[in-house]
Amino acid sequence: MKYNWDWTVLISEPYMDWLISGFGWTIAVSLLAWILAFSLGSILGILRTVDNKILRGFATGYVELFRNIPLLVQMFLWYFVFPELLPHDAGMWVKRDLPMPEFTTAAVCLGLYTASRVAEQVRAGINSISIGQSHAGLAMGLTPAQVYRYVLLPVSYRIIVPPLTSEFLTIFKNSSVALTIGVLETTAQARQIEEYTFQGFEAFTAATLLYILVTSTVMLLMRLIEGRVRIPGMISLGAK
Amino acid sequence: MFEGFDTGVILKNLHFLIEGMQTTLLLTVVAMIGGLVLGTLLALSRLSPFKPLSFIAGSYVNFFRSMPLILVIFWFYFLVPHIVGRPVGGFYSVLVAFVLFEAAYYCEIMRAGIQSVRKGQVYAGQAVGLTYVQNMRYVVLPQAFRNMVPILLTQAIILFQDTSLVYVVGVKDFLVSADLVANRENRILEMFTTVAVVYLLICLAGSIFVRRLQRKFAT
Repeated sequence: MKYNWDWTVLISEPYMDWLISGFGWTIAVSLLAWILAFSLGSILGILRTVDNKILRGFATGYVELFRNIPLLVQMFLWYFVFPELLPHDAGMWVKRDLPMPEFTTAAVCLGLYTASRVAEQVRAGINSISIGQSHAGLAMGLTPAQVYRYVLLPVSYRIIVPPLTSEFLTIFKNSSVALTIGVLETTAQARQIEEYTFQGFEAFTAATLLYILVTSTVMLLMRLIEGRVRIPGMISLGAK
Repeated sequence: MFEGFDTGVILKNLHFLIEGMQTTLLLTVVAMIGGLVLGTLLALSRLSPFKPLSFIAGSYVNFFRSMPLILVIFWFYFLVPHIVGRPVGGFYSVLVAFVLFEAAYYCEIMRAGIQSVRKGQVYAGQAVGLTYVQNMRYVVLPQAFRNMVPILLTQAIILFQDTSLVYVVGVKDFLVSADLVANRENRILEMFTTVAVVYLLICLAGSIFVRRLQRKFAT
């Protein structure tokens, strides 16, 4: 194995800037996608547990649709196919005037995809609470909306912190798929450095370390949050 | 909206798409078997009382689980030719990447499965004089596998979807074949919709099957 080691490539111009900007895009795509995934996923997860058959069917359909198509294919559908399906003017707007088209598309696509996974966690959290609790709420005269607001959701969100953490970690890893539609995030930049300098080992090591940095930071943060929100005596429920 | 949707282009290139799907399936099956074998070894190491071994296995799993699959694919696309000393083509590189990457995930599934077998079973095996290997082979693993079948199948569905990521190094799987046809015939709408529908149907059928199985095992 012949290889010319040169770690200085990582701190030389312009490659260091590439890595930094790539890391920035990774964070930006992931955070924007997470905001979307968390809000939409929460709504869908709640809808999956309501009595109304139509709403429940809609949420189930959404989850099955978005979970069973590879993320990469969804990325292509949003980027290449979606503008074609819109009415002419709207399609033209998406193609020409959408601000930062690759970034926006990637974040929205990743958000919608992850929403289906968050929805499943939220549903599991709500279902893990014994039915007696919502019956008690209803018996006290709370409306169904109030039962969710004051009884079910405060408990279920605290139970699902660990699985949500792993979804949050997954979104950072999945943000690398954005490179296929041209977002120059961490992995794409590492690849580009390899192509320009042939120092693949150094470039990919740098990218790997950046991802490990994100993973460790998130895990540390979530462990703090988990400790704060844990419900005493309900650890066994969380494992469900 | 769908006016001018040309189904002819799909039929005309059908054999080409089927060839791509064969690559996708081959990749899925080999990665699954390889990942399962390596993952089982890793899980046994992780649970072993010999601390250094369990530490190495644990680090391996954490390392691969904190990396995006695309980065792993790039790593091995770059590394494998260096290690082998000659160009080996994209397919073998991604195959190595998938086996090593999946092993980390299968390890965690196997570990949970092995731990789900009640301790009494292990003690009973030891009491009748089985060696460690015999105990694993005849008592623990058969029960663990049974508990794990639904999760293993779910992981297989995820793997099947993940193989589409070989797109980034141009291995001609289902998606890449469709992409080639789409660009050659200028039929992006038709081809990508077809790809999405095919993946959806296969994965949906798979997940419905897994749910049935779960219900059967639960009772």
